[in-house]
Amino acid sequence: MAIDKSMNVLIVDDYKTMLRIIRNLLKQIDFNNVEEASDGSEALSKLRGGNYGLIISDWNMAPMTGLQLLQEVRADHRLKTTPFIMITAESKTENVVAAKAAGVSNYIVKPFNAETLKDKIEKVLAHA
Amino acid sequence: MLDVPEDGRLSGLDALKQKLASIREQQPGIEAGLVTEVVRAVLTTISDDLTAKEAALLREVEELGRTIASAKSDIAALRVDDINDHDIPFATDELDAIVEHTAHATNAILESCEMLDEVSATLSGDPAARLQAATTKIYEACSFQDITGQRITKVVTTLKAIEQKVVHIIGTFGPSIGSMKPTIGPVANGADLLNGPQLPAQAMDQSDIDKLLADF
Repeated sequence: MAIDKSMNVLIVDDYKTMLRIIRNLLKQIDFNNVEEASDGSEALSKLRGGNYGLIISDWNMAPMTGLQLLQEVRADHRLKTTPFIMITAESKTENVVAAKAAGVSNYIVKPFNAETLKDKIEKVLAHA
Repeated sequence: MLDVPEDGRLSGLDALKQKLASIREQQPGIEAGLVTEVVRAVLTTISDDLTAKEAALLREVEELGRTIASAKSDIAALRVDDINDHDIPFATDELDAIVEHTAHATNAILESCEMLDEVSATLSGDPAARLQAATTKIYEACSFQDITGQRITKVVTTLKAIEQKVVHIIGTFGPSIGSMKPTIGPVANGADLLNGPQLPAQAMDQSDIDKLLADF
């Protein structure tokens, strides 16, 4: 199935540098409609007010973590099926298990490369 | 007043412990030397009635008093106020500066990289592909700033925990700053799982994560 690369993608990270890196990597694989949020609360607000085909979020943010954002998204009737990729330095088993239990679509551990990002995006969007 | 039984005798180890606990309750800020003095007075008063076990316990208590006095002296010699007032804030400021400088440098690199991407878009064929491959690698490498930032945050958190423990020790042994309270509070939902980046030897790599996810 062809992937609609014109979809809106929301990237969430409290490090501006990471937002910039992910935005540029997405641009290189032709995702040009990318919006940013610096924590879970801001992301949730944007998600509820917009239309996004993919969420890519960090875990370690305050006041609302990426895991809490994921839980909120999955509990929201309108957002619950939106593909959600967690990109985080949290690589312990307990983190992956918690994210999976909360309904994460895929999980990328930092530091990551462009190929991994592309591969995971294609996989989650193919199943969306 | 000490809670001495009516017959004036200590019935055993428990009675002695009770006396010491009673002193501590009545005088929470009591000096170790004073406790030793009181114990010695009690010992003198009741020495004829003490069993060998009780006498041994009293000797231990006296020794404990001396150890506490010695520990206080050692802590005073460490100049822990300097650690809290200067050393730890200095270290955390330095680490914050590292994060700030690396962020600044990374942004400069990214800006140049974005310009190269713009140039790449005007090209075609192999030169365009090679240029984009190079910028991709630079973007990937620049994520070091996020990882090092998180590692430094962990170090700062550790330093702050040490600071709190020092405050606690001083509060216990040095009444002058006993009013300083630890400020570490409960963690929020999701934050309790935050461990930050793992050292390479201990970390799961992407293939481990993929296997784990596939197990569900």
